[in-house]
Amino acid sequence: MRNGTAEKLRRDLTILVVLSAVYATGSWFVTNSYYQLILTLVPIWAAFGVSWNILSGYGGQLSFGHASFFGIGGYTMTLALVYWNLTPWLGIPLGMIVGGVAAVVIGMPTFRLRGHYFALSMLAYPLAILYFLQYFGFQEMSLPMHRENPGAYLEFADPRYYTLVAVGLLAMAVLTCIFVENSRFGLALLAVRQNELAAEAAGIDSKTWKMRALVVSGMLAAAAGGLYACVQLVVTPDSVFGMLVSAQPVVLTLFGGVASLWGPVIGAAFLVPLSKGLDATVGSYLPGIQGVVYGAAVIAIILVAPDGLYWTLRDKFNKRPTPKPIPVASKPDHLVKSSATAGKTLMKVEGLSKNFGGLRAVSDVSFEIAEGEILGIIGPNGAGKTTLFNLLNGVLPPSSGTATLGGVSMIGKKVHQVCHMGVGRTFQVVRSFPRLPLIDNVMVGAYGAGVTDQEAADAAIHALHRTGLADLAGVEAGNLTNKQLRLMELARALAGRPRLLLLDETLAGLGREECDDILDVLKRLRDEGMTIGIIEHTMHAMLRIADRFVVLDHGAVLASGPPREVVENRTVIEAYLGKKFLAAQKNA
Amino acid sequence: MDIESLIENVLNALTAGVTIGCIYGLMCIGLGLIFGIMKVVNFAQGELLMLGMFASLYLVTGGGILAFLGPNVGPFVGAILAGPIVFAVGALIHKFLISRVSGLKTAGSIDDGHFGQLIVTLGISLILQNGGMIVFGSTPFTVRTPLSSSAIEVAVGYGDATVFLNKAKLIACAIAIASALALYMVMEFTRIGKALRAAADNPTAATYMGIDVDKYYRMAFGMGCGITAIAGGLMATYLSFGPFVGFDYVIIMYSGVVLGGIGSIMGAFWGGLTVGFVQQFSALLLPPQLQNAMIFIVFLLIVLLRPQGLFGRSAERA
Repeated sequence: MRNGTAEKLRRDLTILVVLSAVYATGSWFVTNSYYQLILTLVPIWAAFGVSWNILSGYGGQLSFGHASFFGIGGYTMTLALVYWNLTPWLGIPLGMIVGGVAAVVIGMPTFRLRGHYFALSMLAYPLAILYFLQYFGFQEMSLPMHRENPGAYLEFADPRYYTLVAVGLLAMAVLTCIFVENSRFGLALLAVRQNELAAEAAGIDSKTWKMRALVVSGMLAAAAGGLYACVQLVVTPDSVFGMLVSAQPVVLTLFGGVASLWGPVIGAAFLVPLSKGLDATVGSYLPGIQGVVYGAAVIAIILVAPDGLYWTLRDKFNKRPTPKPIPVASKPDHLVKSSATAGKTLMKVEGLSKNFGGLRAVSDVSFEIAEGEILGIIGPNGAGKTTLFNLLNGVLPPSSGTATLGGVSMIGKKVHQVCHMGVGRTFQVVRSFPRLPLIDNVMVGAYGAGVTDQEAADAAIHALHRTGLADLAGVEAGNLTNKQLRLMELARALAGRPRLLLLDETLAGLGREECDDILDVLKRLRDEGMTIGIIEHTMHAMLRIADRFVVLDHGAVLASGPPREVVENRTVIEAYLGKKFLAAQKNA
Repeated sequence: MDIESLIENVLNALTAGVTIGCIYGLMCIGLGLIFGIMKVVNFAQGELLMLGMFASLYLVTGGGILAFLGPNVGPFVGAILAGPIVFAVGALIHKFLISRVSGLKTAGSIDDGHFGQLIVTLGISLILQNGGMIVFGSTPFTVRTPLSSSAIEVAVGYGDATVFLNKAKLIACAIAIASALALYMVMEFTRIGKALRAAADNPTAATYMGIDVDKYYRMAFGMGCGITAIAGGLMATYLSFGPFVGFDYVIIMYSGVVLGGIGSIMGAFWGGLTVGFVQQFSALLLPPQLQNAMIFIVFLLIVLLRPQGLFGRSAERA
């Protein structure tokens, strides 16, 4: 359970219970079998939408081929019934297992791809399966009837029972989604969606979480597909693996509101009856017109509500309450500078080099950071500062050289593993999760440290206090100023309880006074015992806080030492500062 | 199978692969242009191919204004003219729909507007398919040319092995290559091409350089539609088609574009060519149902081995 979500959780559960009860009761009074079929299909497609939303909405891994799992569920159930006489009550769970295994098999190679490549490659799987099924002679399979005991085989003469089962399926999907949304699972997925690299640097093992999301999503989609086949009584490759099936959850979820619990449900509640209704009415006069009207309706709504109905309506009607400051739940720990470790070498970098083809971006760099000091890494644009950080926290493998943290090698580890060693990192471009409150933005970093939920919440609150943001804990990140966002990134890195902070141009784009505020925070952190390596190219600000400098130029260390010494170094002046700087310093 | 017919089959698959592949290549360039410059996933591209086919059909057959050119020349002129017609359609679609969910309007937003674009283009696709059914009817059409049933026969010099070069496909292939080259020239050597590439690279920065990004995106979208439509017109000379034909080809187009590497417009041509080759060669070995499955398997293999596509570059900055 995440901090501060109890209220929303209670509300969502209440809505789920009330909605299911009302829907089930209401549908009981519908006797027209066509309307009843629509009432059955709405929850089934909604459940499919919820499954897609977990992977593609929350996790941002857009899949255009979710029919793979829907179809696998449908066909597993049907084949088990036809060949083994296995009841769908067991066939659908079996389909979910097969769907989960398929998710692993598909995910392992496909998660190597990103963005559009991933989305479009997912499309290839259901289509390939579709043609194979046609070739092996599974074109059209009807479900055998069991008139002697219909209930045991999920074959009801009264279609109202199908609706009840479908509502149960949707409830299961929504509960799963509630669990995801309210746990570190959901937060990890949102972080990966925003920026995979930043998430990794916050200690999140993005590959594992993406795979988990795909498995959960694949299992739910398979369940929806299994029940769909039961209701239709016949499956064809096109009806469960086709392009339109893959498009369905995408349309429903985007229409209703992506990455929101109720989005797919809203989408299905609007669009399924609309399309079925159009089929039965205008479609029978002029074939094709139903598609035109449906297409136009979908376009019209998405132009009015680009993020989907849920978000647009929420933004319009739900004025968020003013945030309350969150009290510190735990005592701040080891705030006093411990003299025992101060001055000892924390990180040691030796002969680190990186070549990009013929370009030597980082060349034989060696330096040390001692416990409790602020090391300023400065140099002109293109000097290799960010590349150096990328080598240190595992984004890039070095061509040669070593780097150790407290005697343990940092090289050859993955980004999230380096984070777990105790290295927190921020990036040049701030990445926030605009729709989440500040506290959740920071908690992403705390989860990375792999602690329990309560400890994570405490660590996040603690980090907010240390950066002076505690009063803003409930504010959505989208409403923060640039300076507050910079501090938020700092808090996120701190929440992982790092031994070393690597900050990449934390002051970029800030005004004079804003810079001062951040410098004060950094100084305070140092006084509390934190060790900081910070990249900057504004020398003035760095002179005020850095204990030592390392100057990079063309990838190599030009000079290092205490600020005064470095600033007066002739080569540094020529390469970087210019003679005016020295003159100005002398006059001052 | 004896060696003589083996050679004959392989060579015929090769030539068919090249001719059809070039037409696929042109078709893919259209999508690659939109995808590469605007980063819009256009699911309606198959329907623009369909519009190209029907534009050519109405220009050439019956009382069409190009009917006087006769069945040997008309269909090919019709295919080329389908380009500007569908360009106009595409520009209008962009002006009224696509521009609201793409370009500067959504640059920098949470998902760069991709979700809105998906829905809008899927909606357009539905409208064009079903609208096409209402307007054109659903009986299959074809733009007849006697050239599609005559071939140049080339003796290979090994027994009786002969390569058959279908004349219609040969001409279509030549037009496809010429169109692709023309587009390449425009992109590389003209002001328009430079502005388009700038707008693709960084729309915000391009605006500051005085480039009307919205206008150039409209041009890119129109050009992408028009080029795919030319390919459609060419395919109409050897293929029977209906309002739902776009369905099969949008997948081929995406395979080609991803294979070529997103962002590489000429890469899309090679991607399309690859798909054409795989399709024709799998016809030698596999039963017809599995030929299409083969496309997807080869597609997955290539993409998984080379995640950035054949000609794409991977660039990511921390």
